[in-house]
Amino acid sequence: MTKIPVHLDINGTHHHLELEPRVTLLDALRDRLGLTGTKKGCDHGQCGACTVHVDGERVLACLTLAAQTEGRTITTIEGLAREGELHPVQAAFLEQDAFQCGYCTPGQIMSAVACIREGHAGSDEEIREYMAGNLCRCGAYPHIVAAVRQAALEVAS
Amino acid sequence: MRDFDYIRPATIPDAIAAAAEPGSAYLAGGTNLLDLMKGGITSPERIVDISRLPELNRIERLEDGGLRIGALVRNADLAHDAAFAKAYPMVAEALLSGASAQLRNAATVGGNLLQRTRCSYFYDTASACNKRVSGAGCAALGGENRLHAVLGWSDACIATHPSDFCVPLVALDAVVEIEGKQGRRHVTLAEFHLLPGETPQRENALEPGDLIVAVRLPAEAASFAANARYLKIRERTSYAFAVVSAAAALVVDGGKIRAARLALGGVAAKPWRARAAEAVLLGADANEATFAGAADAALADASPSGDNAFKIELARRIVVRALTSAQAGTPERLPALPASPFSSIPGARHDA
Repeated sequence: MTKIPVHLDINGTHHHLELEPRVTLLDALRDRLGLTGTKKGCDHGQCGACTVHVDGERVLACLTLAAQTEGRTITTIEGLAREGELHPVQAAFLEQDAFQCGYCTPGQIMSAVACIREGHAGSDEEIREYMAGNLCRCGAYPHIVAAVRQAALEVAS
Repeated sequence: MRDFDYIRPATIPDAIAAAAEPGSAYLAGGTNLLDLMKGGITSPERIVDISRLPELNRIERLEDGGLRIGALVRNADLAHDAAFAKAYPMVAEALLSGASAQLRNAATVGGNLLQRTRCSYFYDTASACNKRVSGAGCAALGGENRLHAVLGWSDACIATHPSDFCVPLVALDAVVEIEGKQGRRHVTLAEFHLLPGETPQRENALEPGDLIVAVRLPAEAASFAANARYLKIRERTSYAFAVVSAAAALVVDGGKIRAARLALGGVAAKPWRARAAEAVLLGADANEATFAGAADAALADASPSGDNAFKIELARRIVVRALTSAQAGTPERLPALPASPFSSIPGARHDA
């Protein structure tokens, strides 16, 4: 099949790619651009490890064709820190020890940043519900909820 | 995933012309289609990306009091539209009980109607499935089928329709607006999805090239805003498809039920409107005995398709509980756990 041109703005850098139409955003990020912070967990939209922001909103990169995001602005875990300073959610995950193996963590953090921005971090119950699309096989959930709660308070203050 | 031609048409007529070619599929949010393509369950040769078509992402109030929801309105945008949630609270609750925040940011109104069953034999290309290959047989019939249909199933197929959104929609007499080669037409949601019969591969009223452009709610749909709930039983607290679910809406005046709507999810190949139950409710006293009678009527024709007889009793109980919750009043704020029986709602019975 003919490759198609895809223009993506990722973490503030413009990229011009030539891709087969079937290439997902996840594979484009990891295999073509070397941005391996975004993880491939289930590759079926069930685990949330591949969560990225497209035009500021969290979506699953494994169920998005790169071609669908033509001209869109994409933020991955690599684009969260500013001038060497961790994003408040990243810092809160470290402080609360909100991970064990760490594989789901980039997706958890990208999801949490959006969850707070959406205004869905008002209570532990709400955090759990709006973070339900991110699975953690190590079971670090109590600490993840604590990290999101802490970051939400910091962002609000 | 097999490779394909990728087309991004600029207009609706261009999209319909492109998709009318054999081997074509529309792509909107992609949350179900891409998953099916990865597994080889469906392998389109041509993807027609409609996600940037103008006009299809609007929510419009109609002059007659109805509502027209563009097919590309995303699930999250619809559920979080304050005016929409106020007028049709059980639809918003159903939307927010489905999938995850990430998926709801991508999934669209039209795509939700067209999502395929999650029957594991449908997804497993090594298993027999009459939906995938007509005449191949149904591996689910003698297989792991505790979550399969208890209403409207046939020996050819016992799969369920997985949508939450469609359940309150069918209760509220939603209408699907379809654009095709022959122009625009309207099909009620109740008639849109088809029961399997002998042709389970045929799942809805769409013809090749047909594009869902909008879903309409009639003016009357907003009259239930004060007493409407969607409840959903899942095998884990969140981010799971319904084992059974129910959308219940009432208009109660002086203790008598003046209007009633009831639909079930997770029980059949289509969102299941329970008209016989509505007939029991209409004009009756709004109390638990009436609700229990309605639940019996809703499940009167149910039968297990395998190891799933429990779903019939579970559905009866969720009907009683949804009606009780509706009578108690739509919650002022959507619960933190939408549609969950584990969420504390004033007036709701927790032992039903």
